[in-house]
This record gives sequence, C-alpha cells and structure tokens, in this order.
Amino acid sequence: MKAYAAILSAQFRTLLQYRGAALAGLFTQVFFGLVIVMVYEGFYRSTTTTPPLSLAQVVTYTWLGQAMLGLIPWNVDPEIRNLIRSGGVAYELLRPLDLYRLWFTRCLARRSAPTLLRALPMLALAYAFLGMQLPPSWTCLLLWLAANMGALFLSAAFTALLSTSLLWTISGEGINYLVICMIILGSGLQIPLPFYPDWLLPVLNLLPFRGLFDVPSRLYLGHIPPSQALPVLAHQFLWTLALIGFGRWVLARGLRRLEVQGG
Amino acid sequence: MNDLRLLARYLDISVRSQLEYRASFLMLSAGYLLITVIEFLSVWVLFDRFGNLQGWSLPEIAFFYGIINIAFALGESAARGFDLFSPVIKSGDFDRLLLRPRSTALQVAGQELTLRRVGRLLQGACVLGWSASALGLQWSPGQWLLLGWTLLGGTCLFYGLMVLQGTVCFWTTESLEFMNAFTNGGVFAAQYPFSIYRDWFRRFFTFGVPLACVSYYPALALQGRPDPLGTPALLHWLAPLVGLLFLALCLQVWHWGVRHYRSSGS
Repeated sequence: MKAYAAILSAQFRTLLQYRGAALAGLFTQVFFGLVIVMVYEGFYRSTTTTPPLSLAQVVTYTWLGQAMLGLIPWNVDPEIRNLIRSGGVAYELLRPLDLYRLWFTRCLARRSAPTLLRALPMLALAYAFLGMQLPPSWTCLLLWLAANMGALFLSAAFTALLSTSLLWTISGEGINYLVICMIILGSGLQIPLPFYPDWLLPVLNLLPFRGLFDVPSRLYLGHIPPSQALPVLAHQFLWTLALIGFGRWVLARGLRRLEVQGG
Repeated sequence: MNDLRLLARYLDISVRSQLEYRASFLMLSAGYLLITVIEFLSVWVLFDRFGNLQGWSLPEIAFFYGIINIAFALGESAARGFDLFSPVIKSGDFDRLLLRPRSTALQVAGQELTLRRVGRLLQGACVLGWSASALGLQWSPGQWLLLGWTLLGGTCLFYGLMVLQGTVCFWTTESLEFMNAFTNGGVFAAQYPFSIYRDWFRRFFTFGVPLACVSYYPALALQGRPDPLGTPALLHWLAPLVGLLFLALCLQVWHWGVRHYRSSGS
C-alpha cells in the first residue's frame, strides 16, 4: 500500500506545479459559466412551463460544473499512453506491484490533483460574486462530499479502462470520442439531467455517467433529497466496481497477447 | 500576388500530407462531427423543455448556430499554424523563419490547413440549411451574397483571434488557455442571439471582440427580422466588414510582436 501512496503523492506534486495554467483555466471557466448562466436567465424569463429546477438551483449547478470539470474522465492517462506506445509496459510489468492497481492509482492522482487546484478558487469566486448558493443543509454538504469521492473513483475507473483499451487500439482516439459524447450527454455537465425529455430519463438514470457529476450536484442542491441518497450512491458504487472488474479483465486479456516492440 | 500563390502551395502540401493517413483522418472527422452533433442536441433539449427563448424559436437560434459554427470551422482550420505556434517559439525554430525572405505571418499561416474540422463545417451547414427551410426563407441573390459576406467576416475574425493567440506566445512562450474563452467561448455565446445577454457582455462582443458583428447583426438581415434592440438595418449589412478590419489589426499586432521577439536560444 505504501508504494501506491508514494505514486499518488509524486503525481500530485507534479500536477500542482502548473499554477499559471490553472489561472488561465479559471478565467475560461468563469467566462463559460457566465454565458451559461445568462442563457438560462433568458430561458427562465420567457418560459411558461415550470422547469424541474429553480433558476437559483441551475446557477449553482452551473458553477459546480465549472468547478468540478477536472474530475471528468475526458482523456486517457497520457503517461500510460506513452508507456504503451514506447514499449515501456515491459518495465511496468517488472515492478513488484499489481499493474491494474498501479494504473488505477495513477488515474486517481491525475483526476484529483487538478480538481483540487481548480475547484477551490472557482467555488470561492462563485460564492463571493457569481450567485452560487450554499447547500440547504449540512447533510447535503456531507452527501456532496461523499458523492464526489465516489465520482473520483468512478472517474479513475473510467480512465483506467480507457487507458487499458490502448493495448489494442494504440491511438485510442476513436473510443475516446465516443466516451466523451456519452459523458457530455449523460453526466449532466452540459445540461442538468432533469431537463432531458421524460422518456429519455430512465435510460440516463441507468447509465454510469450521471455518477460523475449530476448525482453529486443534485445531492448538494437537495434536489435529490437526503432520504434518497442511498440508492444513488449505491448506483455509483456498483458501477465503479463493475468498471474496475471490466478494466481488470481487459488488462489481463491485453497482457496475454502483449508483444513488446523492441527499442 | 506571389505571396498568395506561395501560401496556396504551402496549404496544398499540408492537405495532401493529411490525406496520406486517410483512415485516421476519417475517424477523427467523424468523432469531431459526433461531438458537435451532441452539442446541438443539448440546445434542442433546452427548447424541448422551455418552448422558447425570449420569443426566439429553435429554428431561429439554429440560424445563429449554423453561421457561427461554419465561420469558426473555416477560421480555425485555416489558422492552425498560429494555434500550434508555441512549440515554434520554445524550440527556437522561429529564428529560421526570420532568416527567410518572406513575411513571418505568411510562413506561419502556411504551416497547416487542418481538415479534421470539416465535421463542424458540415454540421454547421446542415443546421443552417434546416433552419432556413424551417423558417421558409426565400433566398435572393442579394441574400446569398450577404451570407458569403457574413461568413467571410466571421472567418477573418476567428483567424484574427488565432493570430492574437500566437502573438501572445512571443511574451509567454507557452500558449495560454485563456484565449479559449474568446474562441470556443465566443462560439458558444454567439450560438444564441446577443439580445438575451447583459449589456456589458454584448458591448464587449460588439466593440471588443466583434463577434456580434459577424453573426448576430447580419443574421438578423438574413432572416429579415428587425433587431429587438432597435439597431438600423443598414448596419446589419455593413457589420461583417468589422471582421476584416479586426484581422488587419491583429496582423499589425503580430508584426509588433515579431519586433519584440527574443529567441529562447535553444
């Protein structure tokens, strides 16, 4: 376990070096968030129906989204990609560690360090100036934190699975695009899930993607009441287990037919 | 004229080299197309839920969406060299460009004409076509001309933004993510009519980064719709000119940046 902790902390410190990039990112996120908020304000001003979330809730949801962007598994781990392309997997196999657990730890660090760095200033700004609201109760806050931990593991499981799939595809861009599309649709990042047409909701609720962002955010808002938190957290947890299991299986299959190019 | 012929030759080489990897090109374009389709789907979802956006219907919004996405796809593919400029500075390769007897802007512009953005272009064109037929617009030759004029202005504007993004590298070496706010963020904002935004925001995108001049105003003229904000129709026809002026200004800034260039020495 000590070895994995060391990898986690080393990755963490590397990723925390890029403060300039984080500042530029913050600017972009504030900008995007403002546009999204203004579009929603426009819709709410003219609507005749009752939307599933109040405007204040949507605004808070939007800023949560801008804050938690780093948690989303947008891409494969670039280091693992290089290892696979260069044949460095061979060295990885020599280490006295479980390969899947090693890669999973890497992905965990890749998702958590930038998120911490970006989320805190974004949330502080949004509370102070941009109309973001505090959660309605302490329970909601705690549930949000718990669900974010769950989302982190789910995201790492996704990243690890995508990265191992590189053992077949090498470039991985095709699968990556597909997954990005599903995430944009199903995680709530683009649009909160309750806004989707009612016939589509059961499908989206079944898929794993909502555990990445929609579930934590609606727990924060109290839109999913604390009494119903258990089933959604269990949904998130079970999908994480399933993806880890699948990732392990894919890796084992991949290693069986692995040919390391010399060089 | 000689310069233009050289640029065309540069770009021709770039296109042919990309077509060497045909399968990769097709897959990347298809993937990119899919993402833009999903983007538009989310606009549809909001209209499905809310009905209208301050009196604007989905086909009317689709019109803005189509125009800005076509212009962005064209500008972004053509100005790819400026987008990829930061490694040229970092590695010191810019010194070599300075030695050649041609303008630096021309050489950087000739680096690459990216084809993979063709997905966004196609999707923008489809959305625009759907919108025009859903709105029952009659296209006179004058309007075709205005459409071309608008897209030219828009392409120049995005090209100018990319040039600025490259110019910043003379000072920062790294290319900075904040320009994304004006390119990708600008496209996102211009997909909706600028009349729905707050005053300061609309002013910024009219007089600062004049996106509204190459999308919102001429699109009103194309739709034959008066501006809810009350600007005169003549202005809507002239507005795309601002995009061309913006590009000219950005190229001036580029030349100024080149004069301040100090080689990284590597």
